[in-house]
Amino acid sequence: MSTFQIDFSSAQKRRIVGIDLGTTNSLAAFMDLTGPEIIPGADGSRMVPSIVSLAADGSFVVGEAARRLLIDAPERTVYSVKRLMGRGRQDVAEELKLFPFRIAEGSEQVIRLALGDRMFTPPEISAQILKELKRRAEHYLGEEITQAVITVPAYFNDAQRQATRDAGRIAGLEVLRLVNEPTAASLAYGLDKRKEGIIAVYDLGGGTFDISILRLHEGIFEVLSTNGDTHLGGDDIDNRLLAIALEDIASEWGEDLSHNGEAVQTIRQAVIRAKEELSFRPAAVIDIEYRGRRYQRELRRELFENLIRDIVDRTLGPCRQAMRDAGLEPEQIDEVVLVGGSTRIPMVRRAVEALFKAKPHSELNPDEVVALGAAVQAAILSGDVQDKLLLDVTPLSLGIETMGGVVSKLIHRNSTIPASATEVFTTSVDGQRNVLIHVVQGERELVKDCRSLARFDLKDIEPMPAGMARIEVRFLIDANGILNVTARDLRSGKEQSIEVKPSYGLTEEQVEAMIRESYEKAEEDLRERQVREARVEADNILAAVDKARMSDAWLELTGDERAAIDAAINELQVVYHSNDHHLIRDRIEKLDAATRRLAETLMNTAVRQALKGTKIE
Amino acid sequence: MAHLHDCWHCGAKDAASLFCRYCNTIQAPTPDYYEFFDLPRRLGLDPEDLKNRFYMLSRLLHPDRYTRRSEQEKRFSLEASSILNDAYRVLKDPIQRAEYVLRQEGFPIGDQRNKDVPPELLEEVFELNMALDELRGGDLEVLPQLDAMRRKFLDMLADLDRDLESLFARHDGAPEDARRQVLAQIRSLLNRRRYISNLVQEVDKQLTARNA
Repeated sequence: MSTFQIDFSSAQKRRIVGIDLGTTNSLAAFMDLTGPEIIPGADGSRMVPSIVSLAADGSFVVGEAARRLLIDAPERTVYSVKRLMGRGRQDVAEELKLFPFRIAEGSEQVIRLALGDRMFTPPEISAQILKELKRRAEHYLGEEITQAVITVPAYFNDAQRQATRDAGRIAGLEVLRLVNEPTAASLAYGLDKRKEGIIAVYDLGGGTFDISILRLHEGIFEVLSTNGDTHLGGDDIDNRLLAIALEDIASEWGEDLSHNGEAVQTIRQAVIRAKEELSFRPAAVIDIEYRGRRYQRELRRELFENLIRDIVDRTLGPCRQAMRDAGLEPEQIDEVVLVGGSTRIPMVRRAVEALFKAKPHSELNPDEVVALGAAVQAAILSGDVQDKLLLDVTPLSLGIETMGGVVSKLIHRNSTIPASATEVFTTSVDGQRNVLIHVVQGERELVKDCRSLARFDLKDIEPMPAGMARIEVRFLIDANGILNVTARDLRSGKEQSIEVKPSYGLTEEQVEAMIRESYEKAEEDLRERQVREARVEADNILAAVDKARMSDAWLELTGDERAAIDAAINELQVVYHSNDHHLIRDRIEKLDAATRRLAETLMNTAVRQALKGTKIE
Repeated sequence: MAHLHDCWHCGAKDAASLFCRYCNTIQAPTPDYYEFFDLPRRLGLDPEDLKNRFYMLSRLLHPDRYTRRSEQEKRFSLEASSILNDAYRVLKDPIQRAEYVLRQEGFPIGDQRNKDVPPELLEEVFELNMALDELRGGDLEVLPQLDAMRRKFLDMLADLDRDLESLFARHDGAPEDARRQVLAQIRSLLNRRRYISNLVQEVDKQLTARNA
């Protein structure tokens, strides 16, 4: 046997892209020879706004083109769908007051959103954004892209991570790794920054907040602790400004516009413009024109800061907790890195600086740094980058329900992943065939205060007296932060069968059905295109033959030849409107064959005329 | 080390621990924390050395390094990395490390929720519970007393840690057959320690609740 391994895999190496699937904007990046690069769209734009609209013909409009549709077709258009990933209806009751999500009945386990008269789950909508990024990457890089690294907020729980991975699969992407956004950002920074020390990454995006504290040591990026809030971000600031503007307009115009989707979107876009301007000017004007009426209001930075102070303050608690968990004082943090568009707000920067007693870094574009880091992680996975390694942690403790609804913790938060725990279960009744294990995530002591993850049903246990069965269950959180459960019957040594019932999110069967459907859709699209192309070709040949009827060449054909051509034309016209491109092409070929002598004669005539012409010259 | 087996990949006899020594392929990992780190079963460990071993093994075993390998290698990498991380978490903490060795040697570890008060602490615990009751009742004057008690418990913990450390050294220096006796002493110190540390946590919880 050989004593060394030949790496055949590099021979068929496929490119892995890095994707930041954001609440507000999404980006793709790849690793170039010189470092990570954002993949631009055909128009040169670097970000795809995370907005999806369902067009009348059933196709999707994604990104900048869909932004206009937020106003023109608000009932078919959705944004900030990341807020709904991996959630149930009751989780988002608060959001519904502020976001124009149209949620269908029966959305307890998986939310179903109405776009027009159709229903979609958040992973399906996110998949449309991913498909757009995939198309961009394929167009820009000139090769098929099937593998990706996708970033998620560090504080995302298991269901939210699974939903993100499902979205990738529905989009036709193999998600090789889910990377935490702040960790990805540290990778992008770590490329040319100091190689040793403790860094804190403060990531305030459109809809989520994360804080991660890492130790950098000889290329290892070791996360020491992470904390955050998956419902805190720039959206919250927008909503607050929006509420004020709506109230103001109501008193000025005497009309409540808060239930008018079109007006709300117009005002939302205006307050966002003002918010962004306030990051580099002391005052900005909220300027709205709606149906011939104009509303203007100056907003000074002091007032703006008073309005958002509590939102900014809500990020500080998680920062302190993360430092406590890492066993560090602010003085021990060497550098602070800012990520996410909301960190452009001067007040946010001041708060971060005061807390960590260090001037924060923001050399890299805070909108792009996560995608760039994802591209670095993609290169680590492909083996192109070998001197770096991420050691991330699980943000939430994992436990199981025990007697009296109390949680028994198995894996503590901030444990380096992959992490595992093993428990032995038994039966409590004679002849019991099933044991149900309820797995939860969270820090509280009671099950009702934690997030239900799933119920694992150990099935087909051999009947025996109570307490005799011994089933060893292994809980393993993988490098994506996703739980895997396996079980073994210790008496027989055999693998124990388990049925997984996720509390939130899609079942494996549902995801597979969606992937199938999206495949079928893709096939349908392809078929349609092929039919259309075949018809165009038929049009061309029919027009050419029609034109030839006027030529001398037509007269040179025998009567049989002319009859054969007419028959072939007829045959083609019969199938012209069918949906079978093979059939259309077959008749085109037959017509082509029947007109071969006509074409030759035409050619000869043309040559003769050309030669005649030369002689005249 | 003991966990040698035939390599699943090249078939070499007794060639494999974490990696096959002939073909260098990743193997089914050992579940034993000390073996995994290739360390002798000592209670005193050098944290810096442990950290360096952890980083070195992470570089070799992490799933990121096996994305384009066979399914079998991916499985072993995931399994090995999780044991590595679990082992590092336990071994780097002297208390968890000692508990791990005790369990391995067949000593039952006291229940985490053991409510039996060690006799020598009866008086303190009684006083503490009184003070906590008063605090819950809204009496804030008890705060300085609680703080003093908390500090007293922390001192006790520090003393215990010193005692443990010398017991660790005694264990590591003792011949194999004398070790169990030392471990028994360690276990009783650990139980005491856990009890006191739970008391401190209880006080902290109440104080935090007051501050919040």
